[in-house]
Amino acid sequence: MRYFLRRLMQAAFLLIGVSILTFLFSTLAPGNYFDEMRLNPQISPETVAALRAQYQLDRPLPVRYARWVNSLLRGEMGFSFAYNSPVAPLLWVRARNTLLLTFTATLIAWALALPLGIWSATTLGGFADRALSWATAALLVIPDLVLALGLLILAVRSGWFPSGGMLSVGFESLTPWQKLRDVAWHMELPLLALVLSALPILVRHVRAAVADVLHAPFLRAAASHGIPQRTLLYKYALRAAANPLISLFGFSMGALLSGSLLVEVVMSWPGLGPLLLEAILARDLYVVIGGVLCSTVFLVAGNFLADVLVYWADPRIRAGAATK
Amino acid sequence: MRRENMDRLLIVEKIEKRYERTHVLGAKKEVAALQGVSFSLRRGSTLALVGESGSGKSTLALCIACLERPTSGRIFFNESEITACDEKRLREVRPQIQLVFQDPARALNPRFSALEIVSEPLLVQGRLDKPEREDRARSLFAQVGLPQEKALQRVEEFSGGQRQRLAIARALSLEPKLLILDEALSSLDCSVQAQIANLLMELQASLGLTYLFITHDFAMAGHLADEIAVMEQGKLVELGPADKLLRAPGQEVTRRLIAATPRLCAAAPAPKAV
Amino acid sequence: MTTLLQVHDLHVGYISRAGNRSPALEGVTFDVRPGEILGVLGESGSGKSTLALALLRLLPGNGEILKGAILFEGRDFLQIEPRTLERIRGARLALIFQEPSLALHPTMRIGEQLSDVLAAHESGSRKELRQKVLQLLAEVFPTDAVRVADSYPHQLSGGQQQRVLIAQAIACGPSLIVADEPTASLDPTTQQEILSLFRSLRDKFNLSLILITHNPALLPGLADRILVLYAGTVVEIGPTEIVLTSPQHPYTRALLQTVPGRQVRQANESRSLLPVIPGEAPNLSALVNGCRFEPRCTDRLNQCTQREPAEVAVSEAHSVSCFKYGG
Repeated sequence: MRYFLRRLMQAAFLLIGVSILTFLFSTLAPGNYFDEMRLNPQISPETVAALRAQYQLDRPLPVRYARWVNSLLRGEMGFSFAYNSPVAPLLWVRARNTLLLTFTATLIAWALALPLGIWSATTLGGFADRALSWATAALLVIPDLVLALGLLILAVRSGWFPSGGMLSVGFESLTPWQKLRDVAWHMELPLLALVLSALPILVRHVRAAVADVLHAPFLRAAASHGIPQRTLLYKYALRAAANPLISLFGFSMGALLSGSLLVEVVMSWPGLGPLLLEAILARDLYVVIGGVLCSTVFLVAGNFLADVLVYWADPRIRAGAATK
Repeated sequence: MRRENMDRLLIVEKIEKRYERTHVLGAKKEVAALQGVSFSLRRGSTLALVGESGSGKSTLALCIACLERPTSGRIFFNESEITACDEKRLREVRPQIQLVFQDPARALNPRFSALEIVSEPLLVQGRLDKPEREDRARSLFAQVGLPQEKALQRVEEFSGGQRQRLAIARALSLEPKLLILDEALSSLDCSVQAQIANLLMELQASLGLTYLFITHDFAMAGHLADEIAVMEQGKLVELGPADKLLRAPGQEVTRRLIAATPRLCAAAPAPKAV
Repeated sequence: MTTLLQVHDLHVGYISRAGNRSPALEGVTFDVRPGEILGVLGESGSGKSTLALALLRLLPGNGEILKGAILFEGRDFLQIEPRTLERIRGARLALIFQEPSLALHPTMRIGEQLSDVLAAHESGSRKELRQKVLQLLAEVFPTDAVRVADSYPHQLSGGQQQRVLIAQAIACGPSLIVADEPTASLDPTTQQEILSLFRSLRDKFNLSLILITHNPALLPGLADRILVLYAGTVVEIGPTEIVLTSPQHPYTRALLQTVPGRQVRQANESRSLLPVIPGEAPNLSALVNGCRFEPRCTDRLNQCTQREPAEVAVSEAHSVSCFKYGG
């Protein structure tokens, strides 16, 4: 228990640190939202100054930070200049969409990586294994951006996939089942991009972890007792290989998250990505901070989940944590 | 008193070592690894420290080698106290006390060449330059009975017995006075144990080394040691000349350990109860 | 059935990744009778672990049985199908590996690892299996069975882990158990406990046991016969008493002399060097003609460098492979 409380506290400190740093960097970056307006000769400098004062952009840094924390506690997370609304509601909708995409992508990627990796490990050095190695290497080499753009071109040219967005026109009038299918159809392309970018690393790690375990003495000992091959592979080998793979699961969530921001922008999926990009370009300060913080929360949550799973799966870690 | 002490290379006085363990629920438990252990070691002699796992032998070895600090008590090496000394003093003392461990496969980096292994301590000490180090390493090779052709081979290509010779050569590179052998023969085959035991005896005679030989093999202890000390649960329960202890053990623990030692001839005389 | 296991002219070899062949066992012939304990005495490089794996046909991917026959309970063990093999392994013939800490799955409870062995060969509900598991553990842990069943391997001591391996081996009532260095990493007291456990299990279940070790001192009072393995060949085989008190093969004799403590030193007698076998065990992939022990032997004859000696019977139950006795 204390083990987890400590991890939670560490996570909390991390979030505070990230928020401070983001705040610092964003405000230190030259310019602010209203700079665009200054270029417009129709708006007087006094108006700009008044707007700035209204949004408290001329106050010193610590004061602004404190006010932002205050707003956070009230559930608003600051104010968006561009959208003219508190940041929080904007974030929730986008975050939900990002999570939907990332979560599904993680599940699919792992569902594919596990059997592929196990297959590779059991036929180590064979034709299938080498072919898979080649394929994963090729995928690894292609940058995510190129992959996403390539898929987009495919979609546009072939018309098989929608070329962007999450919902079709007239979404409101669909039945719940049709709504589900509509979202799923829109999700196919970004999912494909994300899964293809994540798959190679996962497959290689699963292969390595399982291959390691296949040569372990306890597996041969279990074989000597006549335990059937299938049980050996799926119960004994996989459970022993689980440790590094579970940690990887936590990391993969985080990696997919950062990858997803890019894919979302390319494919116009209404998630955190496009929101963040716009906000950065427009200097919409509080949206940027909110978005970054949101991503950090996902990352930390993913790793925390991995910690919990490892703790549950490996009794040696439980023993180690107890004696600390 | 002083002359008597000059004869003693190592004096251990009432050493205690306690560890704290924290339980799941937060309860702290104190484990006494060593309780009031005292003995001394004469120059050029071999003391065997016998006991089961958990008796504290390895903890004692670590304390003497200055790798662990005892909770209380004093250790004298070469007539000066080394128990609570500072880093500078430790740096002078440590080369004089060297350790050889049980499992050479784990104590030696398998990717290093034999030459690198043996000259590593010299490199760290920084006293000699490269050609001198190589010369010294090669002469150590010869001393432990390793063929010169193997000098550039990697450790993973050596057999168990050869690796242990290598570990001994490395330990000798800094010209120590005291060698602590922590179950150094236990993972070796029977015939190889005999070879290494002989090597140790020859080295002792030619280099004037003093040995602290930690083992749970009473037969080997009886063969190699001048004196035997028996430990149980952190306490030193019996200490005496090897032959006398084996023929007429005083304590129950000793008798039990001697009886448990596998013996080749069933007809060997059983130790008499005193 | 007078013999439980018959091994005849067994040849086992390994292929390295570069394609080089190296032999591990050559011409190994021996048998094991019901209820007998055969001690296999061999040092590193003698092929003893290869023998254990070969008997269960569990050689690693790069090892293969090149020649010879293994007959177990009357069946030709080298010709049976993989399915039958899986059924026999663990049920009729069991293996106890070296290094108990490595032979148990690190993240599964002991009870589960035992019930898996039972479930592989017998049917039964979970409750029945659990009962059997506790009964089994009670054979090797008279007082602690329940606690051990719920523990993980890392929570047990070396001796306790070894007992679990023994419980796994006897789980389905096999007729032969092969134990590879079962006491290698244990304290002398624990060692004695494990060895007497073997003895009592043999008496209770009429098991046969092949006990592989490098330490001859473990065998008196336990093994009925001893087989001495050197460089992949059998050099001597005979009743324990006789082999240990009057060994015929020069290697056996030399090996026994390297064990300290045969005589207790007298008072004031200075320490002496142990008699050693000069040199090292041969590299099996670079063998030359002649007897494998010849380079280290003190009793060389002319024939020793020309060909390998054949097995010669010295007495009814005792045979040697050495030119001193013919062959």
